[in-house]
Amino acid sequence: MASSRVQPKTAGTYVRRVIVIAYLFFLVVWPVSLVVKHTFDGGFGNITTALSDPVVTDALRLTVYVAIWAVVINTVFGIGVSLLLVRYEFPGRSVLSALIDLPLAVSPVVVGLALLLAYGGTNGLFGPFLNSIGFQVAFATPGIILATAFVSLPLVIRELVPTLQEIGTDQEQAARSLGAGPWATFRRITLPSIKWALVYGVVLSLARSLGEFGAVKVISGNIAQQTQTATLVVEQKYQDFEQETAYATSFLLTLIAIAALVVITILRPKDKSDGN
Amino acid sequence: MTFETPTEPGTARRTRRARSANSLTRSSGLGLGIALTWFSLLVLIPLALIVIQSIDGGWETFRLTLTNPQTVSALRLTVEQSLIVTLINVVMGTLIAWVLVRDDFPGKQLLEVVIDIPFALPTIVAGLVLLSLYGPTSPLGINVANTERSVFLALLFVTLPFIARTVQPVLLELDRDVEEAAASLGASRFVTLRRIILPALAPAIAAGAALSFARGISEYGSLVLLSGNLPNKTEVASVRILTYIENGNEAAAASVAVLLLLVALLAITILQIITSRVARRG
Repeated sequence: MASSRVQPKTAGTYVRRVIVIAYLFFLVVWPVSLVVKHTFDGGFGNITTALSDPVVTDALRLTVYVAIWAVVINTVFGIGVSLLLVRYEFPGRSVLSALIDLPLAVSPVVVGLALLLAYGGTNGLFGPFLNSIGFQVAFATPGIILATAFVSLPLVIRELVPTLQEIGTDQEQAARSLGAGPWATFRRITLPSIKWALVYGVVLSLARSLGEFGAVKVISGNIAQQTQTATLVVEQKYQDFEQETAYATSFLLTLIAIAALVVITILRPKDKSDGN
Repeated sequence: MTFETPTEPGTARRTRRARSANSLTRSSGLGLGIALTWFSLLVLIPLALIVIQSIDGGWETFRLTLTNPQTVSALRLTVEQSLIVTLINVVMGTLIAWVLVRDDFPGKQLLEVVIDIPFALPTIVAGLVLLSLYGPTSPLGINVANTERSVFLALLFVTLPFIARTVQPVLLELDRDVEEAAASLGASRFVTLRRIILPALAPAIAAGAALSFARGISEYGSLVLLSGNLPNKTEVASVRILTYIENGNEAAAASVAVLLLLVALLAITILQIITSRVARRG
């Protein structure tokens, strides 16, 4: 298959190849490698300094906690909504399918503002009520989880919907006709066949969740050691002229992002990526 | 990361759907109810509150905010730079997809990872990354920090994957036989490109462009460290909204936010129309 797609090499092939590689080198590869270089300018000193700063470690801990919550919520919601969208017929389905993509297109600052208007402690629609039952959302961890879940909401669904359409329902119907209940059918038949798409969506959501900045900045109040996430620490440290710590924290976040991408590239079915 | 325009459930695979679509059972109906409640609480109600807040502030607040010179200048800069960047992405994204699909060389897999980096990297880190090559300590001697070019550069970085990733799967599916037939009938390579390839790619390019533009006008994180957020110079719409929020002027913040929200809705509508049209044709 690959041989039928790869064109006979002409001068143009090499020109295009060089343009693309140069473009990506100057826009992505070189800049990213400089952050790695800055981080290790004095050996591992910057990393150890950063990791011994309680502001950084608290932020990293909060970031991981929030990301796990957001990913779990989006995975459960994502599986449910994907099954509903693909397997069932109901009024407004295509509207829901379109609206699911909305978080991808909305500005993070707008997301933060929206959540503030709904869950703000004094002026929000639900905030005062939730506060009165002792549940603070804005400027606290639940708000950060909401913001993170918001921005990464469509990622699992975008992976699952095409896969669910692809596999059809023949096996599920066979299982059902042989007496398997809905849960057994899901666990034994549906889940194994969407497994990789699900892992792919979860890894993407995790990467996105660990890195959210704008929405979290608005809703969290950005209080050091309380509601400050890793990305907010990068901003603060950079502006406080603790650039080494900013670079070291950025390096850790970059490492996670690239690790996620490598996992995804390995998982991606070969026929999608290069046709072999 | 793939940005395959998702096949719209209602239109794709009609034959299989006709067999597989069920009307709601009691338990799936309950599931739908829970899902819709969560989606409303998380996304729909908060976004609707922005619209309500902007109307609530009255027409006067809306008008005053949107005629404020600093806001006007921020909106103009945001739209201008997003348009330029999207145009560049139309060309470069298509070219990148082309090289990934039609060319083959050692290290091509590496490029697949590199293209997705801007999507996976936290935006604040993206700004820091760009600052280290195009900032005051640039090894190239190019310093765009605190200029309009920094906005351009940051948007170019964060929107890199969109068109490349929407065009790539379509190009993979494209039947080479048609191109070979055109060539054997005497069509030049340029004519084949213009009459066969580009029309087939156009929907994917348009969908990617819509995503790219929407992402461009909504960008915030990568600009924080890079652009300096100088009023009337490098301040973008998102920063303007944040300033209004920080000053406690939520009505004004909502007025600008509503504009961004409209563009976001427009972008996903375009995406949806293109997707269902492609699905119908297929």
